[in-house]
Amino acid sequence: MKLPGVSEFSWRDVATEARLLLIGIPVFLWTMIPIYHMFLFAISPKEDAFSGKLWPDHPTLHNFEIVFKQQHYFLRDFYVQFWNSTLIAAAVGALTLFIATAAAFSISRLKVPGGRMVLNLALFTYFIPAAFLAVPMYRTMGNYGLLNNHWSLILAMVTIASPYAIWVLKQASDKLPVELDEAAVMDGATTLQIFRLVYLPLMMPSLVAIGTYAVLLAWNEYLYAFLLLSNDREITLPVALGNFLAADDSPWELLMTTGFIYALPPAAVYYAFRRYMVGGLTAGAVKS
Amino acid sequence: MAITLSGDQSMPAPPLSSRLTPAQVWGIVLLAPYLLVFLAFVVYPVCYGLWLARAPSNYVALYHDPIFARAAINTLIFLVIGINIKMLIALFLSGFFAQQRTWIKWLSVIFILPWAVPSIPTILSVRFMLNPEWGVINHLIFSFTGDDGPNWLNDPTVALAMAIGVHIWKSLPFWTLILITGRLAIAHDLFEAAEVDGASWWQKFRYITWPSMQTLYVTCTLLSMIWTLGDFNSVYLLTGGGPADLTHVLATLGIRYLRLDQLSLAMASIVCAMPFVLPLVYFMMKRLSR
Repeated sequence: MKLPGVSEFSWRDVATEARLLLIGIPVFLWTMIPIYHMFLFAISPKEDAFSGKLWPDHPTLHNFEIVFKQQHYFLRDFYVQFWNSTLIAAAVGALTLFIATAAAFSISRLKVPGGRMVLNLALFTYFIPAAFLAVPMYRTMGNYGLLNNHWSLILAMVTIASPYAIWVLKQASDKLPVELDEAAVMDGATTLQIFRLVYLPLMMPSLVAIGTYAVLLAWNEYLYAFLLLSNDREITLPVALGNFLAADDSPWELLMTTGFIYALPPAAVYYAFRRYMVGGLTAGAVKS
Repeated sequence: MAITLSGDQSMPAPPLSSRLTPAQVWGIVLLAPYLLVFLAFVVYPVCYGLWLARAPSNYVALYHDPIFARAAINTLIFLVIGINIKMLIALFLSGFFAQQRTWIKWLSVIFILPWAVPSIPTILSVRFMLNPEWGVINHLIFSFTGDDGPNWLNDPTVALAMAIGVHIWKSLPFWTLILITGRLAIAHDLFEAAEVDGASWWQKFRYITWPSMQTLYVTCTLLSMIWTLGDFNSVYLLTGGGPADLTHVLATLGIRYLRLDQLSLAMASIVCAMPFVLPLVYFMMKRLSR
């Protein structure tokens, strides 16, 4: 480290910086190109989008206007679908938090008999590839009479999200000192009071991370949504985006505009809660 | 009510509730929601699926289906080549992002974007870039060389490579992030000592970084392999399994059979993957539930 103000020009530093840039620039381009391409389509009139230009001659917000006014055959249920996505993501977040927090409290703090086994079963579910479980899940939802009902997607996503949620929350609650519970019991607190007044406040950072994780998982899900929901007014946004492809002359500029709008909320949520996500999730994802 | 009560009393063991403390009763109550979800949406579907796939004729049919064989090979290529390339890049980039520079910090914020945004719009964006007539890539090739570019997604090998590329694009940030945390956990004075001793870049990696990161690296690779088995989006949204069903992987093949209303074949194809999946899962569970 050099002191600021002491400008000591060194070829070695320049070479290091250049080498880092040589990695940094390709990384930047690699990351941004598909996203920029999507953005480019969203602000281009149809002719410009299809002509392979790197910046449109006449950038416009017209595509957004079409989407927000639902002025296209593929977009006639845009607001309903956006609402469906929101509702399902919120329900999955809330249900996952409830189920996983209760289970983690039970296993980690109350040391319920068989808790260890339940944790292992959850962990096992976590490792079943989601696309493999989708096949029997589709049929099961049919047997339960839930196909084409939002509950099918909500319950399926809760099933997928809760194992990881339980596992992360269990790791986090193991770190809380056991003396806290003991002191609360001494003061005559009931189990539920400990849960509400001691456990939940202390677990807040992990709960935020897990809630965000479940909401994003549900919002981003394509496969399950497209298997379990099919009615135009029941589907979520990603399924609607997939349906664009069914036509030969897909309006790609509108597809990309809708996709861009659809991608904004999760990106915003992710960056808003990044502090919690990075700490809470990476610690749990791979314990070294 | 009276009947069940007398039934309980006739059992040799004392009633369960008398042996449990109130806390344990609460424990069972609080664990019940997850157990219900687990029974209804994991145990029942898995058992039902296995029951559907019980007939040996399914496996004979799979054996004779060339698409299945192709999908199995594609899956192997995806896992063995794709994942290892991805993890090597992630290992390399974790070193890059561990550098203390303001601009690298900002770059790491941008770098996480593919993981933070949903896959469908970005994969479709790549799909259009590769469009032979209208895509920006072939436009650029034409303007530089005057030749028409290749029909990217019409060649099964290229199309599969592109699907692997999309997968890497999407999940590289996550694994890099994990490996960065592993790298930052290494005590810094080791590197300072090595610096004093005049160790080369490679020696520092070989004798300090790698020994402390190899467990994490192997765990990440195996975990990524298991999850990639379920990566439906990268292949389905980019190639749709085509051309001529030659780029399917097991994840998309199961859904293909499902869409063709051949549920027992779909389940059988998944059962065929189990001999590879279960040892990996077992190994991972041993490692994570220590």
